[in-house]
Amino acid sequence: MIRFQKRHSVLPGFGLTLGFSLFYLCLVVLIPLAALALKAASFGWEAIWHATTAPRALASYRLTFGASLAAALVNAAFGLVVAWVLVRYRFPGRRVIDALVDLPFALPTAVAGIALTSLYAETGWLGRPLASLGLKVAFTPIGVGVALTFIGLPFVVRTLQPVLEALDPEVEEAAASLGANRLDAVLRVVLPAIAPAWLTGTALAFARALGEYGSVVFISGNMPMKTEIAPLVIMTKLEQYDYAGATAIAVTLLVVSFLLLGAINLLQAWSARRGALE
Amino acid sequence: MRARTLVLLVGVALALGGTSRLAAQDATLLNVSYDPTRELYQEVNAAFAEQWRAKTGKAVTIQQSHGGSGKQARAVLDGLEADVVTLALAYDVDAIAQGGLVAPGWQEKLPQNSCPYTSTIVFLVRHGNPKGLKDWGDLVKPGVSVITPNPKTSGGARWNYLAAWAWALRQPGGSDATAKAFVTQLFKNVPVLDTGARGSTNTFVQRGIGDVLLAWENEAFLAVKELGPEKVEIVVPSFSILAEPPVAVVDKVVDKKRTRAVAQAYLEFLYSAEGQAIAAKHYYRPRDKAALAKAPVRFPDLRLVTIDDTFGGWANAQKTHFADGGTFDQIYR
Repeated sequence: MIRFQKRHSVLPGFGLTLGFSLFYLCLVVLIPLAALALKAASFGWEAIWHATTAPRALASYRLTFGASLAAALVNAAFGLVVAWVLVRYRFPGRRVIDALVDLPFALPTAVAGIALTSLYAETGWLGRPLASLGLKVAFTPIGVGVALTFIGLPFVVRTLQPVLEALDPEVEEAAASLGANRLDAVLRVVLPAIAPAWLTGTALAFARALGEYGSVVFISGNMPMKTEIAPLVIMTKLEQYDYAGATAIAVTLLVVSFLLLGAINLLQAWSARRGALE
Repeated sequence: MRARTLVLLVGVALALGGTSRLAAQDATLLNVSYDPTRELYQEVNAAFAEQWRAKTGKAVTIQQSHGGSGKQARAVLDGLEADVVTLALAYDVDAIAQGGLVAPGWQEKLPQNSCPYTSTIVFLVRHGNPKGLKDWGDLVKPGVSVITPNPKTSGGARWNYLAAWAWALRQPGGSDATAKAFVTQLFKNVPVLDTGARGSTNTFVQRGIGDVLLAWENEAFLAVKELGPEKVEIVVPSFSILAEPPVAVVDKVVDKKRTRAVAQAYLEFLYSAEGQAIAAKHYYRPRDKAALAKAPVRFPDLRLVTIDDTFGGWANAQKTHFADGGTFDQIYR
């Protein structure tokens, strides 16, 4: 508690910056979310429960959470490889690839969706050969996963990069000189050090995917019960001026995301502690 | 200090004087419309502004906003200050009326159900009509792939759905049960449900998916004009629905902005000979017989039912077919 006392603080301006942070968080995050919860509360529990547990809503949660999780896991694996390559090796074109990683951030999601649909539709460059192998991507849940993987990639790479950069190669050399082989060095020295950042990046990619609408609606085909994502169900309800139903599903998404992110945070704290102990 | 206050006051007075003089002369209208009317209203706006200046000596600037019909109605409900709305279906204007922005009974205030131009639902097929599709009944054949947007998210698609339903209803022995069976069969042939009409057009034209696109007649004409008859062609079914996109003055906004006179004149202009000719030029069916005769394309004759005579109005149609648990949801159960 001592560090909260003003005269012991090394850096001035704690009160001001904390006040500003709280104000900003309230304005940008908490007030809109509170308004959402308040709106939901005004409709009555029965209506909310009914909208939340309708078969179509349940099918859309399965798709949204399933595809988001799958996309986050794919990004976790390949994002690690990309970050590793970008940090550890010097090769021509490295800066270009580094810049390309940010592209999904910058590209309007609708553009990404249309481009991916063109590619993966059965008439597209990638869709045609895949279809001849019997794999349909566009207008199936796989297509949803592809779009979500695209938008989530930068999160994993950008959270891992600084941590990998800070990780001194000498640590690995030390491990090697102590008799560890290459695999051991990676598994027991590198991975524990980057695990918290890795989890954060994956969680961010996952959270981003849950709310994604713009790119997915083009590639998913939007078939009820099959390829309808939860944000689309919200839009559908709004289109019928069914604000209660839309709010109910929004709140469900919010609560589940919150719980999942909380769980990931715990996991991250645990892995950070374990890393510190080792 | 006093001098500075004086300068400030003079400045304020000048600014106020300036704006009030501007307000007396110039008006700005916001027309909140749905997606495919962009080009239509660009031309209408220019023609109306010219006519208004000739008639009153005042300048008028008309801004337009486009998007999905339902989305646009919600924006107006949430405070987008539209002087007039020109949407895809009366249901969306009804929603604005329920929010208290448009006075009840709006549809009787202008001629022809408040719809200065109409359209209908036709089929757009690939060149040469390889699957030989002629009428609604052909769409449920096995192996025919039909493209239409999702009626839950697209106002235009609701017209498609109701046209199919109405056709089945009018077949020998037709009933609500056979109509439901027919649209269920039809939607089994739909591989992709885009959220809007332009999305469906993209799916059909750019991605090459589907054998037939259910489209508004004006969009179908536009597609043939832009892509060329060697790529797509129009098939007119024996029977379809009269699509009536309504227009309305947003009472609460025009009273606040004092733009009622010019807003009313703007909508009435759509019914004038010039307005009707512009509508026909953009492939909407004009109400006026003379404009219809002079239209650049021939609008085919076909039997058209209306939403009121077959479905008892939009409120009913919406409740029976598109609300949660309605006939459309039952297809995907």
